[in-house]
Amino acid sequence: MKGWLLALCLMALPVQGEEIVSGVSQSGVSITTNFDGASILVYGAALRDRPAPTWPLMEVIITVEGPSTPLMIRKKDYVAGIWLNRGSVKITAAPSFYAVASTKAVADILLPSEDAKYHITIPQTIDTAAAPSADQTPYIEALQRIRQASGSFVLAPESVLLLRQALFRTDISLPANLVEGPYKVRIFLTRGGAVTDMQESQIDVQKAGVERTLYRLAMEQPLIYGVLSLLMAMVAGWGAQELFKRLRI
Amino acid sequence: MQLYLPIAEVSVNAFVLLGLGGLIGFLSGMFGVGGGFLITPLLMMIGVPPGVAVATGANQVVASSISGALAQFKRRAVDLPMGAVLTGGGLAGSTVGGYVFDLMSRLGQTDVFVQLSYVLFLGLIGGMMLVESVKSLRRTGQARIKRAHVHSWVHKMPFKMKFRASGLYISVIPPVLVGAAVGFLSAIMGVGGGFVMVPAMIYILGMPTKVVVGTSLFQITFVTGYTTLVHAVTHHTVDMMLALLLIMGGVIGAQIGARVGVRLKAEQLRILLALLVLAVAIKIGFDLLLTPAELYSVTRVAA
Repeated sequence: MKGWLLALCLMALPVQGEEIVSGVSQSGVSITTNFDGASILVYGAALRDRPAPTWPLMEVIITVEGPSTPLMIRKKDYVAGIWLNRGSVKITAAPSFYAVASTKAVADILLPSEDAKYHITIPQTIDTAAAPSADQTPYIEALQRIRQASGSFVLAPESVLLLRQALFRTDISLPANLVEGPYKVRIFLTRGGAVTDMQESQIDVQKAGVERTLYRLAMEQPLIYGVLSLLMAMVAGWGAQELFKRLRI
Repeated sequence: MQLYLPIAEVSVNAFVLLGLGGLIGFLSGMFGVGGGFLITPLLMMIGVPPGVAVATGANQVVASSISGALAQFKRRAVDLPMGAVLTGGGLAGSTVGGYVFDLMSRLGQTDVFVQLSYVLFLGLIGGMMLVESVKSLRRTGQARIKRAHVHSWVHKMPFKMKFRASGLYISVIPPVLVGAAVGFLSAIMGVGGGFVMVPAMIYILGMPTKVVVGTSLFQITFVTGYTTLVHAVTHHTVDMMLALLLIMGGVIGAQIGARVGVRLKAEQLRILLALLVLAVAIKIGFDLLLTPAELYSVTRVAA
């Protein structure tokens, strides 16, 4: 019984006696009318109760993950002379935004078994109902390619600055086409590929001002919103006509 | 100046939208069409999702057609009973179009479906307009034999009704069908359908030219208004911010276009419009025929 308790205590403690103290430059991002992306600064330090081991070196991986949504990936095929959507693969959940920043290439500082446990790299965050079959693999690769090209999936190796094996910082830029919701920030310390400590915090991304009012109205009171859109169109169309008539005199 | 669109959830340059609206307005003022057939594909090209482009395009057409409809109404160039019959058909067609649009989104063929409709209808109408206007341009100078009244299959159907302003006594079935076809197109393509309606009114219904434009604008205002509402309620895809900028650019462009338009001959205008319609059809047609750069596409689905 005693040994068991001791084992529990040991598990709770960071294995190497290293603990993350960290901060994020802002706790929230407001999407306003002129929102053009945002940059967040993640910084911190490794606290130790004894001198750091000289080998293996400590490395840092920082991830930012946007809200997950189910997705449909479709593939076009040449059918009867035109390009039509034929094959499709449904993804149970994939983050709308995902950035991985690290001190070195993630493959060099993280064991695959640890990646599978903590879901750190991009493929690990894409959730298919079953293990993807050989047919599905190109679809999932396409998802990563498309999202990386649009800036929704960001791979930034060597972008985390680590000073004297203790202090670290990185800038992560969020693109302009953000989806609302909680964004999860995770910091991992690794040694020899194994995760020694992990810390999680959250940034709330929300539409603000006019954006928020319009979005909520469109979703919650669609009829009123639709009538308002029509009124706006009618007033603008008719008003402009009248205005130009006056100006002509 | 970047602008974040709340419903489309993309950030676009506000001046690009104003310019786009201005261009469409200019063309619509010059040719007397709503310009929906241009706005929807252009919006898709700048990254607005197809659903939002169709719904917001319809909303923009409301603004561009209502001022024209009001002006024509003052001139008594609107055949109200005919407009009402066409609108009735239009609302039915738009409802059916909405269902077909839903079905296509479920099958994952929205983009191909919208593209095919564009190629088919724009190609057909553009081609017909071009042939017709080139012919009439050649004919100028020659005397034309004009018959006051042509009896065709339109006159043999039941449910006849008197349309005083058009000087017609015909069955309501053809106008209802024409209205329904235009309403259907409005729902799936985000267009007003003036480019289909005007030739149909002249060649199928035999309406006099003086009431054609006003009556078609009257019907388009109602049908696109209804389409906007249907999309807003069922798909939440009308982006008011996007519509506002397009309309702002559009109303200014329309005034300039109308002034340029009066300096051109009717046949020249029709040839230009036909070429423009054909150009859009060809551009979209190529997208369907050429191997796309990216074969895969990602869409968010409801949980």
